[in-house]
Amino acid sequence: MRVAIASGKGGTGKTTVATNLAWVAAQAKKSVVYLDCDVEEPNGQIFLRPIKDWQKTVTVSVPRVDPVVCDLCGQCGQICQFSAIVCVGQKVLVFPELCHSCGGCDLVCPLSAITEVPRGIATVMAGHTGSLRYVQGLLNIGEAMSPPVIRAVKAEAPEADLVIVDAPPGTACPVVEAVKGCDHVLLVTEPTPFGLHDLELALETVRSLGISCEVVINRAGLNGSATKELCRRKGVEVVAEFPDSRRVAEAYSRGELASEKDPEIRDLVGSLLGHLENST
Amino acid sequence: MKQLVVISGKGGTGKTSLVASFASLAERAVLADCDVDAADLHLVVQSSLVSRNDFWGGQRAVIDGDRCSDCGICEDLCRFDAISSDSSTISVDPLACEGCGVCAWFCEEGAIDLVRTIDGEWYLSETRLGPMVHARLKAAGENSGKLVSLLRTEARNAATNRDIDLVIIDGSPGIGCPVIASITGADLVLVVTEPTLSGLHDLERVIRLTNHFGAPAMVVVNRYDVNEEVALRAERHAQKLGAGLAGRIRFDPAVTQAQIQGLSVVEHSSNGAAADITEVWENLQRAFDEEELYVSEA
Repeated sequence: MRVAIASGKGGTGKTTVATNLAWVAAQAKKSVVYLDCDVEEPNGQIFLRPIKDWQKTVTVSVPRVDPVVCDLCGQCGQICQFSAIVCVGQKVLVFPELCHSCGGCDLVCPLSAITEVPRGIATVMAGHTGSLRYVQGLLNIGEAMSPPVIRAVKAEAPEADLVIVDAPPGTACPVVEAVKGCDHVLLVTEPTPFGLHDLELALETVRSLGISCEVVINRAGLNGSATKELCRRKGVEVVAEFPDSRRVAEAYSRGELASEKDPEIRDLVGSLLGHLENST
Repeated sequence: MKQLVVISGKGGTGKTSLVASFASLAERAVLADCDVDAADLHLVVQSSLVSRNDFWGGQRAVIDGDRCSDCGICEDLCRFDAISSDSSTISVDPLACEGCGVCAWFCEEGAIDLVRTIDGEWYLSETRLGPMVHARLKAAGENSGKLVSLLRTEARNAATNRDIDLVIIDGSPGIGCPVIASITGADLVLVVTEPTLSGLHDLERVIRLTNHFGAPAMVVVNRYDVNEEVALRAERHAQKLGAGLAGRIRFDPAVTQAQIQGLSVVEHSSNGAAADITEVWENLQRAFDEEELYVSEA
C-alpha cells in the first residue's frame, strides 16, 4: 500500500504524521519505506535520522550545440516552446534552467549538431533507521523544477508492505507528482480559517486525480467544528485528530518523534495505522 | 517603488498573518498574494472584486482523431508519457503533457495542434488595507511561476496607477519556481522562520536562495519562545549567511484569534505579538532607509 500525506497549507503537520506513521509501522515489524517528496524542503531526516546507504545526482538532459557543425538554421529555436534555446545573430544560446528536456531541438537539428548532456539538479539519498527504509530528494538551490526530482525519489522506492509519501504543500504540479500512483491520500489540516480554506483546495486537487482520501486534523481543539462540517459536506471522513499541545510542539522543535516519547500520540498513530490497513 | 516579499522556506510559519499586519501598518501599499496554489490573504482582508481575469498559462497538445493515421510517432517521441493509444483511440493526458510541441512538429498528418490553456484566474480587488492582486491556480495546475510573475506585474501597475510606492508580496513555501518568481528583483525579502530544527534547516536553504538571486534578506523568528535556544541558533546562522535580523515575535494565541475574526494581528490587539510585529515593521522601514545594511554572502 502506498499512502501520500499531503495538505494544501504548509506547516499543518504533514511530516509529523508521515514520520510517526512510518516509525510506528516499522516498530510493529512491518516492511516500511518513507519517501520524502517535499524535495524543496525535506525534513523527514530530522525526525527519522537515517544512516545513509547511498546518494546519487538527479540529472535532466539539456542540449549542447557543436558550433563547428551548426549552420545557424534556427530550427532548434523554433521548436523550443520554453525559450531554452535561441539562435541570435551568429550564435545559438542555451538557457539550461528553462529546458524541459523534451528533446525537440536534438530531433529537429538537420546537421545533428546538438547532443543532449546531463545536468545535475538535485540529489537523491537512500538510508535506513533499523528496518525502516528511507529515500529523500534534495533540490539544488536555485533550481526551479521539482517534479523530475520527485519522480526520481519515487523510482528509487524499494518494495515494501507500506510506502509513506511525504508530499510538498500546495495544490500545484509538485503535489500532483507526489500523490500520483498512490493508493490513498491523507490530508493533514489544522482547524484555522487558513487551514480550512486550503483543505478545500487540496481536496479538489486529490479528487481531480481520482485518488481516495481522508482527513487528519492536527492541533485539534479550538474551532474544530467548522473543519468537521466541511468534511461532512464534502463527504470525506476525518480519521484522526491530534491534540493541540505545547509539549508536542516543543518536542517537534527539538526534532523528536512524538510517538517515541509520548504514549498518547503513539496510540493515536497506531490506531490511524490500523485504520489504513483495515480499509485497503 | 519598493517591493517587499515575505517568504519562509518551511510552510505555516506565519507569512500571511505578517503580510496582513504590515498592510495595516503601512500607510499605503498594494498587496500581492503570490501563494497562488493556497492563497489565504483574502480571508483576512475581505476583498471586494474589481476585476476577474483568465490566466492563460501554458499549452497542451490536442489530437484530431479524423486526421490521425495511427502511425504512433507522437507516442514514441513524447518524453512525458503523455500520449497513449489502444487499437481504436489515441489520447493526450492533459496532466502529463508539458506543451513542448514535439508531437505536433513531427506529426506527418498535421493532426496535432497546440492549444493554449487557462490554468487559473487572477483578480484585482479593493480591500480596507489597500488594493490587492491575487489568484487561484486551477486544482492540480501548472505554471505557478508564470502566474506569480503576472501578479507582480499587475501589482506594480496598480501601484503606479494609484501613485502608491510600496508593494507587499505574500510568497509561497519552498524554494522552487513560484518562490524564485516572487523574489527576483525584490528590494527586500523578509524570511519568516520558526524555532524548530525543521525551520532551521529550511531557513538555511531559503537564505542561500536569496543570496543566489542577489536579493537582500532579513529574518524574523516567529513564536520564538517555543524554543529560545533554537531561535538564537537560527538568528546566528542567518547572520553568518549574510541576512539581517528584523526581530522576534512571541507565541500568542491572539494570532489565531485575529485570523478567526478576519482581522490582522495588529488590528486585533496592540500588545503581545502585535507589539512585536509593529517593531519588526519599524525595523524593516529602517532597512529600506539604510540600504547599505545588507551584506551579501561573499
